[in-house]
Amino acid sequence: MAIGWYLTVSALIFCIGASGVLTRRNPLVVLLCLELMLNAANLALVAFARMWGNEAGQIFALIVMVVAACEVTVGLGLIVAIYRRNLPIDVDELHELNG
Amino acid sequence: MSPTTFGWLVLLFPLLGCIVIGLGFKQLKGRSSGWIGTGAIALSFAASLGALFSLLGRTPAHREITSTLWSYASSVGVDAKLQILVDPISVFMILVVSGVSTLIHLYSVSYMKSDRGIVRYFAYLNFFVLSMLVLVLAGNFVLLIVGWAFVGAASYLLISFWYRRSTATRAGIKAFVINVVGDVGLVLGTFFIFRDTHTVQFLATFKDIHHVYHKDSTDLVAGCVLFLVGAFAKSAQVPLHTWLPDAMEGPTPVSSLIHAATMVTAGVYLIVRLHPLFELAPTAADVGAIVGCLTLLIAGSIGVVVTDIKRVIAYSTMSQIGYMIMGASAGAYSAALFHLMTHAFFKALLFMAAGSIIGAMAGDQSLDRMRGFRKALPFTFICFLVGGLALSGMPPFSGWLSKDDIIGYLSHRGGLFFVLAIGGWIGAFITGLYTFRMIFRAFFGDPCPEAQELEHGHLAHAEVPRNPMNGEVEDTDVGFPGPEHVIAEREWPMRIAMSILALLAVVGGFIEIPGVDHVISTFLAPSFVGSKLAAEQPSTKDAWIGLIITPILGLAGITIAYRYYIARVGASTKLQERFAPLHNFLVNKWYFDELIDLVVVRPALMAGQLTESVLERVVIGEGVTGGVVGAVRAGSAAVRRAQTGFLRYYAAAIILGLSCVALYFLISST
Repeated sequence: MAIGWYLTVSALIFCIGASGVLTRRNPLVVLLCLELMLNAANLALVAFARMWGNEAGQIFALIVMVVAACEVTVGLGLIVAIYRRNLPIDVDELHELNG
Repeated sequence: MSPTTFGWLVLLFPLLGCIVIGLGFKQLKGRSSGWIGTGAIALSFAASLGALFSLLGRTPAHREITSTLWSYASSVGVDAKLQILVDPISVFMILVVSGVSTLIHLYSVSYMKSDRGIVRYFAYLNFFVLSMLVLVLAGNFVLLIVGWAFVGAASYLLISFWYRRSTATRAGIKAFVINVVGDVGLVLGTFFIFRDTHTVQFLATFKDIHHVYHKDSTDLVAGCVLFLVGAFAKSAQVPLHTWLPDAMEGPTPVSSLIHAATMVTAGVYLIVRLHPLFELAPTAADVGAIVGCLTLLIAGSIGVVVTDIKRVIAYSTMSQIGYMIMGASAGAYSAALFHLMTHAFFKALLFMAAGSIIGAMAGDQSLDRMRGFRKALPFTFICFLVGGLALSGMPPFSGWLSKDDIIGYLSHRGGLFFVLAIGGWIGAFITGLYTFRMIFRAFFGDPCPEAQELEHGHLAHAEVPRNPMNGEVEDTDVGFPGPEHVIAEREWPMRIAMSILALLAVVGGFIEIPGVDHVISTFLAPSFVGSKLAAEQPSTKDAWIGLIITPILGLAGITIAYRYYIARVGASTKLQERFAPLHNFLVNKWYFDELIDLVVVRPALMAGQLTESVLERVVIGEGVTGGVVGAVRAGSAAVRRAQTGFLRYYAAAIILGLSCVALYFLISST
């Protein structure tokens, strides 16, 4: 099976994730979309690893998973913190860090 | 041991003394610091004697020895070394400096005993002696400049020693600034010489000098005149003399050591040390001789009207150093050094005796208030009289022989120098006048209240300590003279120091009597072997004619002082009223302070204010600094718009940017 299909699926998932990040205002959904983007990248990495027949791509994929887990932890922590302070759970409302 | 080993030892002891006293200031109680300081300088004097004897053990042709400890820097042709030169001139100087300094340290042990800054005082004093010895032992221009600058710094520290007095700190600053003018002259002069000779060492310079320059070549004259600027500033010659009278703000032993016996003679030493240069540049030497003559007359004339006892002695110091500068510039090297030595003895003695009177007056220095101390202070009186007679050149005191040695040489050279010799004779007359004016006013007449009290065994004591200069009530914290006053009659260290100096002021001249003996000129001769001017000496008969004329003129001055201050009391006041403009002119010190203020200080102040208002405020403040601030502010205002705070904009920007990068690589790879 040619590598093209794997990459097509990967690109599709990445675009879905990216458009989700750009369009959705709920931080929880933004996080989910980020996960989608990361996993799209993982899929591409594993596909490349298979194509070359070595393990480097797989190891990259594993590291990306670890990073993703960390990122989700921090992101969820932020969301809980926002919730506890009774702030709006909406990324457009939270824009105090403007210039 | 070789003479140079002794030379290093001479420097080592004051250095150790300074370090030990300076670091141990918390542990040293009472007078202990004074004894350490005195001991250090006494050891240095012993080492100087060692240097003298080991130098005498050599043949006259081998009496110039250099020794190098290490090299500071050797680049672009400058061979700056820590190098000393031991030759008759430097040995003579270290003997005078360390010898007189030992006695003044001893005197200070008593004089400064109630001062809470006594430890600091002795650390400074040892530092000063070290600097002076470095100056006279230096074997090259670099070390000479180091010593020269150290001496200026030590002088500043000691003049403003009583830093609670605003007058003292101001005098210290004045002395330092004028001395720095001299330092600049010395450094620039060194550059002038170095540029052509390519060496900074004295002996090498003197050896090459005849091949490098022809007589009176412009560069050499310029260099020598710059050296003279240095000498004038350090030796308080017109017009750089105004700091010396103000320097009397320091403690009296400091005036005695620095501003009479040692530091101010550095200019004389410089001219004598560099005599091969000055002989090849007669124009510069003539400038030195004329300025010396002017100084001795100007300072003498001011000394006649000043009423502060220490300032009278200060002006007489300027005047006597005028003699030495005049002599040294004209070629009477050994005579100038001889007068330097005897002057160190009797001038240190006069200052010490003045310190004793000031003690009896509870700090007051005004001659207007002193009267009739003869019975109350018998020992001080004798010392002051001996010093005064030596200063006015009365036979057989030391000043008689040494002062006339200079004048005799000048009149022997003739021409311009004979005119200068006449100046010297007029100076001798004025010297007798102001010296005995001081003595008659302070010691004769009806005793003043302080003297009467002292005759009953009670030392006057000021209820509230006041600054004698401006009458301000003093802050009695550290840096103030201390509550107790001392007189020589009650303190044995002061008596010993003064007795030795009084003895030397009497007999010090006997080692060089024309036609009888010539210890000093013989000892110094190896240093002046190549000098044509030093070989010219007046005949014994001419010298004796001078030795008779000079004291007659001095005696005339004393007689006039007697007429106006003893025989006809009050006559001096009438004279003052009759010649009021002249008196004012002299009291205002020939308006030199005002002249310097007008020519230098005000223009500098105005230039400073101009640069402050234009350069500092407008160009730097508004232009450079304000411009940078404005540019940064405008730039950041433009960039700030991008920071919206909306998370999704940022994400879009990142994705867009990355897409662009990816597209670029895709396009460029095909």
